[in-house]
Amino acid sequence: MENKKELILNKEWCKGCWICVEFCPKQVLDMKDGKCQIVNLEDCIYCQLCEIRCPDNAIYIKTVGGNDHD
Amino acid sequence: MDASQLIQKYYRLDKLPHIWCPGCGHGILLNSLVRAIDNLGLNKDEVVVVSGIGCSSRAPGYLDFNTLHTTHGRALAFATGIKHANPNLHVIVIMGDGDSFAIGGNHLIHACRRNIDITAIVFNNNIYGMTGGQYSPTTPYGDLAATAPYGNPDSPFDICQLAKGAGATYIARGTAYHARELDKLIERGIKNKGFSLIEGLSMCPTYYGRKNRKGSAVDMLKFFKDNCIDKRLVDNNPQLGEGKILIGELYKSTRPEYTESYKAIIDKLKE
Amino acid sequence: MTNGQNYILAQGNEACVEGALAAGMKFFAGYPITPSTEIAELSAQRLPQLGGKFIQMEDEIASMAAIIGASLAGVKAMTATSGPGFSLMQENIGFAAMAEVPCVIVNVQRGGPSTGLPTSPSQGDVMQAKWGSHGDYPAIALTPNSVQESYELTIKAFNLAEKYRTPVVLLMDETVGHMREKLILREEREIEIINRKKPRVKPEEYIPYKADEDLVPPMASFGEGYRYHVTGLAHDETGFPTNNHKIAGQLTERLVRKVKLNIDDFSYYEEYRLEDAETVIVAYGGVSRSAMLAIDRMREQGRKVGMFRPITIWPVLEKELKALSGRAKEIYVAEMNLGQYYLEVDRIAGKRCPVKKINKVTGELITPDEIIDAIDGGK
Repeated sequence: MENKKELILNKEWCKGCWICVEFCPKQVLDMKDGKCQIVNLEDCIYCQLCEIRCPDNAIYIKTVGGNDHD
Repeated sequence: MDASQLIQKYYRLDKLPHIWCPGCGHGILLNSLVRAIDNLGLNKDEVVVVSGIGCSSRAPGYLDFNTLHTTHGRALAFATGIKHANPNLHVIVIMGDGDSFAIGGNHLIHACRRNIDITAIVFNNNIYGMTGGQYSPTTPYGDLAATAPYGNPDSPFDICQLAKGAGATYIARGTAYHARELDKLIERGIKNKGFSLIEGLSMCPTYYGRKNRKGSAVDMLKFFKDNCIDKRLVDNNPQLGEGKILIGELYKSTRPEYTESYKAIIDKLKE
Repeated sequence: MTNGQNYILAQGNEACVEGALAAGMKFFAGYPITPSTEIAELSAQRLPQLGGKFIQMEDEIASMAAIIGASLAGVKAMTATSGPGFSLMQENIGFAAMAEVPCVIVNVQRGGPSTGLPTSPSQGDVMQAKWGSHGDYPAIALTPNSVQESYELTIKAFNLAEKYRTPVVLLMDETVGHMREKLILREEREIEIINRKKPRVKPEEYIPYKADEDLVPPMASFGEGYRYHVTGLAHDETGFPTNNHKIAGQLTERLVRKVKLNIDDFSYYEEYRLEDAETVIVAYGGVSRSAMLAIDRMREQGRKVGMFRPITIWPVLEKELKALSGRAKEIYVAEMNLGQYYLEVDRIAGKRCPVKKINKVTGELITPDEIIDAIDGGK
């Protein structure tokens, strides 16, 4: 079964620091009302640059299905 | 394991979101620690995370390990008791720059000297954040702080140099920008049989950044990107290092580890 | 070995270590300071022989921290010091009280304040043993007057620390610490050992700071699978910090009450020729030895004098001292300070009987003559 990746945004934990928005290489994210929002999902390349620099675990890539060999 | 699984496995979800300010680098460093522990496959029951006082000290409360939030500066002394009493535990200490190098400076140099198998991670944001932005032993000369309204007349420590002089056997520096690299540095620190010190450069946009016009959290991360260079590159071409902050594995050596030396004494007495 | 008894000639400090080992001490952290150093030295020698651990820390702050860490890792731990070091330990003694970590702190008192008289006896730290750390917290302090009692009380100190999950102070003085007397080392089977209460539930059901009816929560050790959080901040039953004022207040009250309510469990004292005594000398530690001699001499003159010796010095023996003040005509509190325990005795006696002080802060033991003179001078 093929792994499917999903971009997850947890607005409850987002503090609106802009880090993910600024470091996204594909302009997938933006800031609205002090919270991150996904504005351009089709361009997301699941590079995890948002994930590794989000201080709040508010945005990350989830692997759905398949086997996790990590 | 992907991020969602890591969060599920290692965080105390009901304690999140954490108390740190928007853009605080501490959360990034904490995730590096979590990934390092996961990469090493440590048993959660055998991991103890100890902290002192300050913004950094809140970190263990969010993690699903044996966690101990102690008094200001004393985390390493508590940790020494834990490790010496039960050397099977993996003892990791999270400290701030004031916590570890001002009030806790004595404990730090002696933990280095003793080479006890503890991994210390300094969340260095160059300021006392919890109390409102006073200058710390790593605030650069001339910078502004709540207690340095005319510029800091004190000179800062180089944390890694100090640890080297004191005898730590693994020393590394990473940043919140270079988070993936930091995972590896922490991993190697935990693996080192001896005292490991990892300086994690963090950012405090709320106090240090604002007072010193360093811009937003994003700008402060970009500063790390533009001003840090891996030691290996500089080793090959020293010119590259001019005016830069060295990151990566800075020092490694081998010498007797405290709890092993003590065990040897016990074993010898049994003969 | 005689009559099945194992006895040696020992110092109070050495007896303290033997008592600690008998109680199950497996960890000692300390920093050299006169007149307590023999406790560290003997621990360094004896502990590794028994598979235990000794460590000389960089200062007394670190020593106190290390024994808390060791205790959380599941072993019985002790440190020993004197006045200046005891001052340095205070912050972490408060931590141990707040986080409910069993441990024993020995303070072999010397002359103060400050560096004072390092090789001379004093009882200047009585109030510090109760109020030394900030905030309200429970204090248990025991004070021996002989080498044998240093041994017995160290065992009791460990038992109380384990039973009530709190730091316990053994308040010695230089006189007792350095005097040599016969010490009977008791057989293992003769010694009552109390170990901390362990959780009886599975890790996922463990609420680390939920107290039982005795007001003491069961304690898991780090590494046993009960992953929990320990903090010096005000916390709720789960162990996590709280800003809820009501919960914070309830915690502080429980900490104090768990000791206060159980005072009858460890109200140790000695009465010496007190049956018909009209004049009562309250004395403890080294001074009580002088007081007994003074009483013997005064009794030879037909005078009705006796001694009440608190062994549990904290919490104060309210009930016993109240009764005493009801039947004595006068009370003298003899101590090597300027009147610390006196404050408690005077408060408790109230208007029932006059309470007077016999004090000395020269770094010398109060002599029997001085006690007799003070009582006669008061006539």
